[in-house]
Amino acid sequence: MKQLITGNAAVATAVKLCNVEYIPAYPITPQTEIIELLSRWINEEKMDAKFVTYDSEHSMISAAGAASLVGARTFTASSSQGLLYAFEMLYNVSGWRAPIVLANVSRAVASPITLEPDHNDVLAARDSGFLQIHAETCQEVLDSVIMAYKISEDNRVRLPVIVNLDGFYLSYTREPVDIPAQELVSQFLPEYKPVFGYLDGQNPISMGVTVLSSNAYSYFKYQLHLASLNALNVHEEISQQFEKLFGRKYGLVDEYMLDDADYVIVMTNSFATMGKAAINRLRGEGKKVGLLRIRMIRPFPKKIIAEKLAGKKAVGVIDQNISVGSGGILYPEITSALYHSNERPKSIISFIGGLGGKKISISEFRHILSTLETSFHVDKFPVQSVMLFTEDDWGSVKEMLKIAGKGEVSGN
Amino acid sequence: METRFRTLKDIPLEEELVPGTMICAGCGGALLVRIFEKVLGSNVITVNAAGCMTMLSVFPFTPFKSSWFYVAMASAPAAAQGVRDALDILIKKNKIDSKDNLKVLVLTGDGAASGIGLQSTSAAIQRGLDFYYLVYDNEAFSNTGFQASESSPFASATKTTSPTETHEGVMSQKKDLFEIWRAHKPPYVATISPAFIKDMMQKIERSSQFKGPKLFIANSPCPPGWGIESDQVIRVANLAVETGIWPLKEAINGEVRHTWMQKRRPVEEYLKTQERFEHLFKPTRNDEIINQLQKRVDDYWSSVKK
Ligand code: SF4
Repeated sequence: MKQLITGNAAVATAVKLCNVEYIPAYPITPQTEIIELLSRWINEEKMDAKFVTYDSEHSMISAAGAASLVGARTFTASSSQGLLYAFEMLYNVSGWRAPIVLANVSRAVASPITLEPDHNDVLAARDSGFLQIHAETCQEVLDSVIMAYKISEDNRVRLPVIVNLDGFYLSYTREPVDIPAQELVSQFLPEYKPVFGYLDGQNPISMGVTVLSSNAYSYFKYQLHLASLNALNVHEEISQQFEKLFGRKYGLVDEYMLDDADYVIVMTNSFATMGKAAINRLRGEGKKVGLLRIRMIRPFPKKIIAEKLAGKKAVGVIDQNISVGSGGILYPEITSALYHSNERPKSIISFIGGLGGKKISISEFRHILSTLETSFHVDKFPVQSVMLFTEDDWGSVKEMLKIAGKGEVSGN
Repeated sequence: METRFRTLKDIPLEEELVPGTMICAGCGGALLVRIFEKVLGSNVITVNAAGCMTMLSVFPFTPFKSSWFYVAMASAPAAAQGVRDALDILIKKNKIDSKDNLKVLVLTGDGAASGIGLQSTSAAIQRGLDFYYLVYDNEAFSNTGFQASESSPFASATKTTSPTETHEGVMSQKKDLFEIWRAHKPPYVATISPAFIKDMMQKIERSSQFKGPKLFIANSPCPPGWGIESDQVIRVANLAVETGIWPLKEAINGEVRHTWMQKRRPVEEYLKTQERFEHLFKPTRNDEIINQLQKRVDDYWSSVKK
């Protein structure tokens, strides 16, 4: 059954279909619609779950991990400042091996404070142990939440998962979404049964204990890493089961006009839709360009990325984030995935764009392509990340600086 | 309410917290936890905030017969809510037998309870979480070596408030957690002491008839931090009560009742037992500060209804 729903509603619908039992919450724009919908469905008795508003995201994530360890299937959601506020607990919950699913509705991080998306929030959590699935469309959001529970509760993985969707571009945008039947979802995702059984008086257990031995500490951290890497294969397996039941297939990466492309643009999340539109335009002009969207960011699918980019002339990575003082966050990860490939592209260039939700225009995509085309000359190769910013963008900022009393400002 | 704790002999013999931990010898806090767990019995999950008691369970050992859950410094009450709610959900769905239900006990030091964890505690009380909350109040951040917390008493020396010619140790007053909690109107709040075990056991017992937050703050002499010998812990705890510095009381649905109301000794007798107050007596006696401390205690007790 297809319905026109927002990305936030797609998350909430998936959570309901997954028979989630516990929802610790804390509001933050642009995530709030998710918890509003879920709390309403619970009050209308359309959903058999408990909803609790906490005093902060830090508390909310603590409670989510705790409830999951006791044995309740748990969901929570956050965004931006909220995710950062919870940061300490992200590392804890993954260390506890609590299989919760967290929807992060991406929003750029203060300061300056703003509302629209980039990925500095979710990518800050990249080392936490949470798996990360980044979605491009509302349909993919819904499907990814359902898949996320199945991956996270798999005994080979047993790690929490973040499903990322862009604020505004997906959270508040209605798209046609095929909503699967409850029976099918229940068949795909059986009841959550924790590995050590439910926590009760019969089964005392110590959780989160101190580990003073560095050997033991290393052991547990390596376990986390290996479990995360297991998710690469588990995802493929679960993706096949998902396709059989629901007819939609998701890979670790998603490719667009890649096969015969000489030049490739790498992107993530909803802005990849803008990228694909640009590829159509450029193809129309005879340019052999394609797009690779990375869907699973943790674990990082190095092997498939190297395979997909093998033999290409040049690759441009658009990071919708900025690691201040270094550049794009995903760029070095992609570069290192390619380093040992005999067929690695001659040049790989870092671009930063879409910060705070700034659209990436066709002229910027053209600029990316022409930079790639000329990048083989050593003196043309940009060592630092190229920051996408048009004349028009600069014009509007100059206007604002003037109003803010900064007078005439010249750029450089 | 009939009590099963009429004398000290009524302490349950069954140990829930067995010997062999990294806690300091004589630790007042550890003694309190031991008694507390005895009274609650074996179907308990202890949810721990970062502090000295984090060191009770160190992989691969635990002294607890029941469940233990170390969370973080700020959010043990929030995790306790997650545990409570999940247990209730699973019992309702018959995934857990109700006879295997667990009592939830949050264990936290004064540093967490009065500062970084106060927000999550306040929220848990406001939501009416059904739990026990035990603060072992050693009046500083003891686990990190005894730095001043919001619970450190006026004029006490800590590692971050060294007394000098111009400073008398902590220059602010101890935060009144009892009253902060009571303002939330929980069913049960009490102060307890390791020197008054019978009083403590009766309070835990009395609190257990209420569903909702049951909050305890315990005077917890800390040998290395307070500068006392480990065999002096009970004597010092006793003096804290008998000088009136540590009033033993409870509030049932907000109504305060003192459970110790006898003739008080001068506070000086308590101060003199501890190195953290030594600067008030040596090299010269600081009557001004000693009198201030005495006056504060007198003022408190003059406001107490007989
Ligand atoms: S430092 Fe003090 S409170 Fe901490 S374990 Fe030792 S005696 Fe107990």
